[in-house]
Amino acid sequence: MTFELICFYVFASVAALAALTVISVKNPVVAALSLVLTFFSMACVWLLAQAEFLAVALVLVYVGAVMVLFLFVVMMLDVDFSVVREGFVRFLPVGVLVAAVMLAEMLMMIGVRSLETPVTEDPAVLAGMSNMEWLGQTLFRDFLLPFEIAALILTVGLIAAVTLTLRKRTGTKVQRPGLQVMVKREDRLRVIKMDAVGKGEVGP
Amino acid sequence: MIDAMRDAMLAWGDTGLVGWTVLKILVIAVPVIIAVAMFVWWERKVIGWMHVRMGPNQIGPWGLLQAFADVFKLLFKEVTRPSAANKTLFYLAPLIALVPSFAAWSLLPFDWGLTLANVNVGLLLLLALTSLGVYGIILAGWSSNSRYAMLGAMRAAAQTVSYEIAMGFTLVCVMILSGSLNLTEIVMAQAGNKGFFDWFGFPLAPMLVIYFVSGVAETNRAPFDMAEGESEIVAGFHVEYSGSAFALFFLAEYANMLLIAFVATVLFAGGWLSPLQGWITADVPWFDWIWKGGWQWTFIKAFGFSFLYLWFRATFPRYRYDQIMRLGWKVFIPICLVWIVVSACLKYFNLVTMGA
Repeated sequence: MTFELICFYVFASVAALAALTVISVKNPVVAALSLVLTFFSMACVWLLAQAEFLAVALVLVYVGAVMVLFLFVVMMLDVDFSVVREGFVRFLPVGVLVAAVMLAEMLMMIGVRSLETPVTEDPAVLAGMSNMEWLGQTLFRDFLLPFEIAALILTVGLIAAVTLTLRKRTGTKVQRPGLQVMVKREDRLRVIKMDAVGKGEVGP
Repeated sequence: MIDAMRDAMLAWGDTGLVGWTVLKILVIAVPVIIAVAMFVWWERKVIGWMHVRMGPNQIGPWGLLQAFADVFKLLFKEVTRPSAANKTLFYLAPLIALVPSFAAWSLLPFDWGLTLANVNVGLLLLLALTSLGVYGIILAGWSSNSRYAMLGAMRAAAQTVSYEIAMGFTLVCVMILSGSLNLTEIVMAQAGNKGFFDWFGFPLAPMLVIYFVSGVAETNRAPFDMAEGESEIVAGFHVEYSGSAFALFFLAEYANMLLIAFVATVLFAGGWLSPLQGWITADVPWFDWIWKGGWQWTFIKAFGFSFLYLWFRATFPRYRYDQIMRLGWKVFIPICLVWIVVSACLKYFNLVTMGA
């Protein structure tokens, strides 16, 4: 058993255990953290498969940003989770059935694919490039148009999400930093010329 | 001697390789810890001078041992825990904060070939590792079961996630110009014979500023230390921590600061390259690193960048929270987006030359 194989089993079992914890643990924060651990272990597995860019992107995007916001929300929530968990046993058979069907479908898909297409050499290695370089060439040269279309759709989605959540509230005081920066002395302070009070009195 | 040691270790097979790697990790980690201690002393001294005070001057010559005195005081203090805190997460949080900040040091090239892990996707990995540190802060805030800690954690999380975007964009500019994600190759792309004009700090000057300011915000340092604004939320996320648990947060924060200084050096200031590169070519033993470049330059430049942290802290008043968010989202990100186009044009029209 090579060192790599040992690493794979360790990371894969940690990922599986953490995924189990996500759905079984009571505390939602611990569940979210377990999801983080799942992502991280999967990234390690991908690293072992030499998909370094995917692995780092997973950590960067999902662990570093998405899950932080997720935790953020979960911590702010004040939900009585005993109510949410009610009916766990009642719905368990349905859940198990759905999970079993999904597992069967995935196994079938992967099995059929792996039977049809023989395991080929890593295309990046064949092209004599690093994983990163090959991915860049493929995305930005061979599949440039689909990539750009996907980017456009995502941008439209982003703008839609922003406009949906944007609401103008009345009665709030909003700062305009531009105006604040451009403020002049004359706007804030008025110097008034006036005579000294008490004519003829001279101090000691 | 070192080669002989390595050969002796590697003769043991896989165990020897692991042992040799652990040794290399220690060679980086121990100096980082000592550097943090000395940096704390330097910070207090510099801020003292800027405030026309003495700074620490009682323990050791020029107060040099003050940092170690503080460390021992912290280590001997009792680690208290709020009775309603989540025990596991409460003790796990300082470790989660510490580990990524130390792991990221393994990627730094201090000189040509002088790096622990010469990773191909080094720059991305660096960004990924530094983005993990925020978990320590969030968990500390939540598990303490205290409102102040919670508020500090929320502020820290929002701030870190926001500034990470601007920081990522500045790194994109560096990637475009250097055409590589490998930190050693990024430094070598800044080599040339025009001295310091070859560094990325020139074509990417606004990005250097944005990177460093985002780095300050990312490490929750003044003037962006909203996460521990002592006037509003006492000390933020680590208000419930004492003794060595607090010391770990402290260590993580300062290790992160030094890391940002080193990364700024590598990305924008030519790493170990000399600012006189190409102008002098004489061979003088002991002194030719001054114009040929060497690890000394990495440390000198990083020292300069880390000094900026102290300067900022002594100079600027703390930002208001909405202004921090405005700076990150509405000022930095648009500038970055424009400069990505600019650097793409620089590259496309061959206005900057890469490498010697």
